[in-house]
Amino acid sequence: MTDLALEPASRGAPQTSSRGAISIRNVVKTYGSGASQVTAVDDCSFEVAAGEICMVVGPSGCGKTSLLNAIAGFHDITSGEILIDGETICGPDRPMAAPGPDRVVVFQNGALFPWKTNLENVAFGPTMQGTMTEAAAKARARSLLAEVGLDDVAERFPGEISSGMRRRVEIARAVINEPRVLLLDEPYRALDALTKQVMHEALLELYYRNKVTIFFITHDLEEAVFLGHKLVISTARPCRPKTIIEVDIPHPRDRSVITSPRFRELMEAAHEAVRQEAVAAFQAGDKEG
Amino acid sequence: MTEIDAKALGADGAVRTASAFPPTPTTVARRPFRASPKLPLSLVGFAAFLLAWHLAVEVWRLPRFAKLPGLVEVFVEWTSTDPMYGVSLFTAEYYQHILVSLKRIVAAFSAATLLGVPLGLLLGWSQRFREYVFPVFETLRPVPILAWVPISIILFSGAETSVVFLTFIAAFFVTTLNTMTGVQSIDPSVVRAARCLGASPRQIFRHIVAPGALPHIFTGLQVSMGVSWFSLVAAEMVSGEFGLGYLINTAYAKIQYPTIAIGMITLGAVGYASSALVRLVGARLMAWRLREIGVGR
Repeated sequence: MTDLALEPASRGAPQTSSRGAISIRNVVKTYGSGASQVTAVDDCSFEVAAGEICMVVGPSGCGKTSLLNAIAGFHDITSGEILIDGETICGPDRPMAAPGPDRVVVFQNGALFPWKTNLENVAFGPTMQGTMTEAAAKARARSLLAEVGLDDVAERFPGEISSGMRRRVEIARAVINEPRVLLLDEPYRALDALTKQVMHEALLELYYRNKVTIFFITHDLEEAVFLGHKLVISTARPCRPKTIIEVDIPHPRDRSVITSPRFRELMEAAHEAVRQEAVAAFQAGDKEG
Repeated sequence: MTEIDAKALGADGAVRTASAFPPTPTTVARRPFRASPKLPLSLVGFAAFLLAWHLAVEVWRLPRFAKLPGLVEVFVEWTSTDPMYGVSLFTAEYYQHILVSLKRIVAAFSAATLLGVPLGLLLGWSQRFREYVFPVFETLRPVPILAWVPISIILFSGAETSVVFLTFIAAFFVTTLNTMTGVQSIDPSVVRAARCLGASPRQIFRHIVAPGALPHIFTGLQVSMGVSWFSLVAAEMVSGEFGLGYLINTAYAKIQYPTIAIGMITLGAVGYASSALVRLVGARLMAWRLREIGVGR
């Protein structure tokens, strides 16, 4: 435990964070049975240190989301175990933990409540759990929205603001719960490149202020190298870590690191690893077809 | 899970709205939820209709049209202080017919809403409950309202109760089905998000399922209001001593043709007003939708 917590410190991660270490051990997830059985995750093992931003990178449909859903508690796993801070989330003794505010998901297509204002959306978690009074939750929500530059749309409904703004609201809605782990499932997939860059900086800003472990699924390599302490490059279906790349560019980072030689080198390395998998996925597809 | 259901729903006027967020909120079609026709244009439309009526019946006296009550004839009868056939704007009887029909609508529509919305929410929310109840529901739903007449007369002693019952039946199925569709139309990610944020099943029902289904519920209530009037008049024609349907039917039997037209026009006006009222309440409850499409604030 101690080792895991200290390790990221050498890479510039916050030392204060001591919660949110994820252990994924020999996880297998299959769907269906008999001839139609599909293995989404196969003998997958890796560690995410507390307070670390871990980017899980792989071709679309490779089973990354199955892993995220298991951590979130949306479904069980076939075998293996997942632990957070040593506590079993899924495993042989405990097939699946219920979803809860310690592991909040930000969804691929967005899942704000359109009938609640942005402020009510952000205040939803603590209000429902009863950990804050509604007034206190709203005050906290307001300051979080201010942190991501959205205090002026607090009273608006999600449908009235841009998709980039909605993403920021949704991340604030997750962060207000002070989760151990933030689970992001390709949250910026639908955004254009410029908006994405703004989102990345806003996410880092929020991360530096509110220490949390981030488990981030993506297939955008630049996004992965820019944000992550670590890249877990997954094999094409089934999902299993093929290469783990430690990103040794110190945090806090800003846009300027993108032009640095080290950034380019890491991008190259990631590219090479991903390319092999993309080719493998393509050829496997050819054979099946 | 819902593909088969969805097909069945399509036939019943259960409208599936688009996903929670329109792609570009400010530029979606100008069809606000509460849209009422623009006044000057609608006046032109009414004028054209009335003119066609007048020409066909009273000026050109087209074959088959000659026996119909003419516009002028109807207007004179309707506004007469001493109407030839006993029913005009200045007779108490006229308002009694309207009042009796309205009372029946209020009773039937309220009962259909109070029973149909909770039942629909439950059908949409609980798969187990749906498996028990939905097949029975779907077997009863296609039975036309007139086929219920004998049963309702046997079941209820007075004509009054059976008229209300027939009106209720029609509205009930529409409201229930649309409410169920509303629950099923909720994005599963939204429910998952609520679970992640620590909401209990009861809180999810109150904060996610009920408001999420509201747009479909109100679409259903509007259809249900229309269907209520439709079945009320059918029921009043079969039995009853008052009401607009009864008025039209007896006027026909007594060859008082202008009174038929008066009854029909009144039905149209009252029906329009009641639908508008449902729309108004819906708009009040769903401010978020109006603002989303850029017409509220």
